Order: sequence, then C-alpha cells, then structure tokens
Amino acid sequence: MLNVGKMQDGIVLDHIKAGYSMSIYKYLNLDKLDCSVAIIKNAQSNKMGKKDIIKIQGGLDLVDLDVLGYIDHNITINIIKDGEIVEKKSLSLPKRITNVIRCKNPRCITSIEQGLDHVFVLTDPEHETYRCLYCEEKYDGR
Amino acid sequence: MRHFLNPLDFSVEELSEVLDLAEEIRRDPERFAHVADGKKLATLFYEPSTRTRLSFEAAMLNLGGRTLGFPSSDVSSAAKGESVADTIRVISCYADIAAMRHPKEGAPYVAAQFSGIPVINAGDGGHQHPTQTLTDLLTIRSLKGRLGNMTIGLCGDLKFGRTVHSLINALSRYEGIRFVLISPEVLRVPTYVIQDVLEARQIPYRETTDLEASLPELDILYMTRVQRERFFSEDEYLRLKDSYILDTAKMALAPQDMYVLHPLPRVNEISVEVDKDPRAKYFYQVQCGVYARMALIMTLLGLKRPDKEV
Repeated sequence: MLNVGKMQDGIVLDHIKAGYSMSIYKYLNLDKLDCSVAIIKNAQSNKMGKKDIIKIQGGLDLVDLDVLGYIDHNITINIIKDGEIVEKKSLSLPKRITNVIRCKNPRCITSIEQGLDHVFVLTDPEHETYRCLYCEEKYDGR
Repeated sequence: MRHFLNPLDFSVEELSEVLDLAEEIRRDPERFAHVADGKKLATLFYEPSTRTRLSFEAAMLNLGGRTLGFPSSDVSSAAKGESVADTIRVISCYADIAAMRHPKEGAPYVAAQFSGIPVINAGDGGHQHPTQTLTDLLTIRSLKGRLGNMTIGLCGDLKFGRTVHSLINALSRYEGIRFVLISPEVLRVPTYVIQDVLEARQIPYRETTDLEASLPELDILYMTRVQRERFFSEDEYLRLKDSYILDTAKMALAPQDMYVLHPLPRVNEISVEVDKDPRAKYFYQVQCGVYARMALIMTLLGLKRPDKEV
C-alpha cells in the first residue's frame, strides 16, 4: 500500500469518486496553488470500494466550496490542524454557480456576447437540475 | 425599475392590474391618447418581425409618445460587433423604454442588467415572447370574461411553438384550467413542459392527435402554424404542415361560444372561409395586442390613467 506522509495543517478532500480527482483538480484550479497538493487515486474505502483523495497544504479559502458542491456534494472535507482532524465539513448543492460550466445552447446569448459570466441556477434540487440564467436551458453535462 | 422579460415576471395580481388597464384602454382608447406625451420607445429589433414591431410602435403612438429604433441587426451597430450590453447603455440615453427582439435567447435579460430604462422582451429566439402571452390572456379574458374554469385546446406545432409553452405556463396559474393538446406525434408538447408545469401543478390535460373529436369540449381553440424554419428537413416539414386545417366543416362541430385564436401569421392551417365565422377572433387578438402593449408601456413607465371625462 502506498503511503503519503501525514499532513500537519491543511485540508483533505475525502470520498471523491474513484477517477474524479483530476477533474476536481482542474475545476478548483489547484494547479495555480503554490502549496503542496497530493492526489491519491484508487485508495481503498470501506464505504466506496475505491475512492480518490486530495490533500492540500493550505486553508479552506483555497477551495471554492460551491464548485466542489456542484461537482459532487458527497465529498467530505476534513480540516487538519497539528496533524489531527479538527473539523469535518459536508457539502450541499450550490444554488448558483458562476463560470464553472458553460451553456451549450447554440442559441444562448452567452454564445456571442463577450464578457458575460456563465451563470447556472439550481432549479430542481431533487433532480439536481441546473438551468442557464439567460436562456433557461437545462445543463445536461453532469 | 421593472422590466418585462418573462410572462411570469408579474404575479397573477399584477397581471390582473395590467389586463384591467388594457381592458379600460380597449373600451375608450381616445382617453389615453396623450398619457405618454414626450416619452420615447426604442424598438431594438435584431431580427425582423414586422408585426410585433408595428404593434409596439402603434401602442406608443396611440399613447401620444414617439418611437425610434432599428428593424434588423443589419442596420444597427450590432453589425459592427457591438454587444447587447453596450447598445442598451447607449439607447438608455436616447429613450425612456425599450422593446427588444433578438435571435439569441436571454439577450433581453442581459440588456436589462445594463439598462437605465425598462426593457420589454419582444421575443428572444425560441425562449420567450411574453407580450404575445399578455395579448393572448387579454383576448381570452375579454371574450370569456374570465381566465379560469375553462378548457383550452392547443393545436398544431406544440413542440417548437414558444407561444404555446408560454401560454400553458401563464394559464396554469388560474383555477379550473384544463388543456387538450392536439398535435402530430412528432410535434407534441416537450416533456419538460408536461413535467415542470402541468404535472408539477396537477393541471388536467389530455394529449391527442384528433382535432375533430376534441372540438365539442373546447372553450378556446388556439391554432398554431407549423414553422418551416424549425425543421432541418424540408421533407419532414412538408409531411407535417397540413396536419390540421380548420375549415367550416370542423367549425360546425365546435360549440357556439368556442373562440378561435392564432398568434399569426397563418399559412393554411385556418381556411380563409373561417374568417367570416363570428367565432374567428385572431384579428381581434391582433387589436388586443396593441391594447396589451399600451397597458404594459404605461405600467412600466409608471404613467397615470387620465381622469375620466365627466
């Protein structure tokens, strides 16, 4: 089994679906961070069989929780201080997400107007449906 | 500042006030001939729509105001690549209110975010056409004296017809509404309208392909055109365009107080012989469109009703 060193201070994104850590790395712009970031793929999990984990040596402010909640609200966040878990955070579906996904409707104004934020609004939490703020087209790429 | 971008932007109560005002205008248009003296309406039409543009212009002229604008994007700064956001900021310096038609969905919403004046959505792609819905509601209310407790038949292209989707949405807010959805199989109402509106609000509806059999139970028949521009295949269009043609023989099956509406233009889905039938109300609907837009302009500009003459 692979061992990644214990972190003194930082955050751990746990219970990431196996294979999804790289896309989360991309969506959260973790490549732009100066601090250490460890990606562990296919770790053993009693609950999930296999899971991915991301460890970030830094504060919670480095992670956009809305983006993370949109990608997978089942991910848990452990906050580590002095080598111990001091807080566990769970995520919820964000009501609004900005500039994370783009509207795919070719008739949407966002396809031609420069400088517009791409905004999606949660319209049906039960079915996890997001619609474009402008054209109201449902986002099907989840 | 209020805008009118979606038929549901106004609550049922607010809508009722606009329709009351429109009804007052319909009864005595002369009384309102100077309520917008000195005001200007900008008609920003990024795609041609002569009927809607003229209806807006007629509405503003009837109120004593003036109009300016462009009838297509070719003759506007959009052809030079100007954004909607910049255009509306400029127009806000010229006019008091704007009506925008745009081929891109959500363009009027973007305009409203940057505008210093009220923006009316005059149609954005296949998305919304709220002043058509306002027109339809005014027409139905003035003909039937109510907006609830009736059976509405919608016939023709129920898949691509945005006026149909908006009307279903708007009427679903009234009690006792029931829909009969008459269309060819391939042009049925989209699932999201069925699920998000009709089933979510538990509105009774029936889908059918049979117009004749449905006619006796209807209070209103709303006909629509099968739109050539919505089809990728000409063959498919030709196969479906004559699915439903309303003629005098079919009108004989309908109740004496069932009125026929159509957002126009029609092609051949209503035979011209039906025009003579007193139940054919699609040209009356056009007139109602002007009154509805007059009432909307007055509401958004906060213009007061003129005093009644004694």
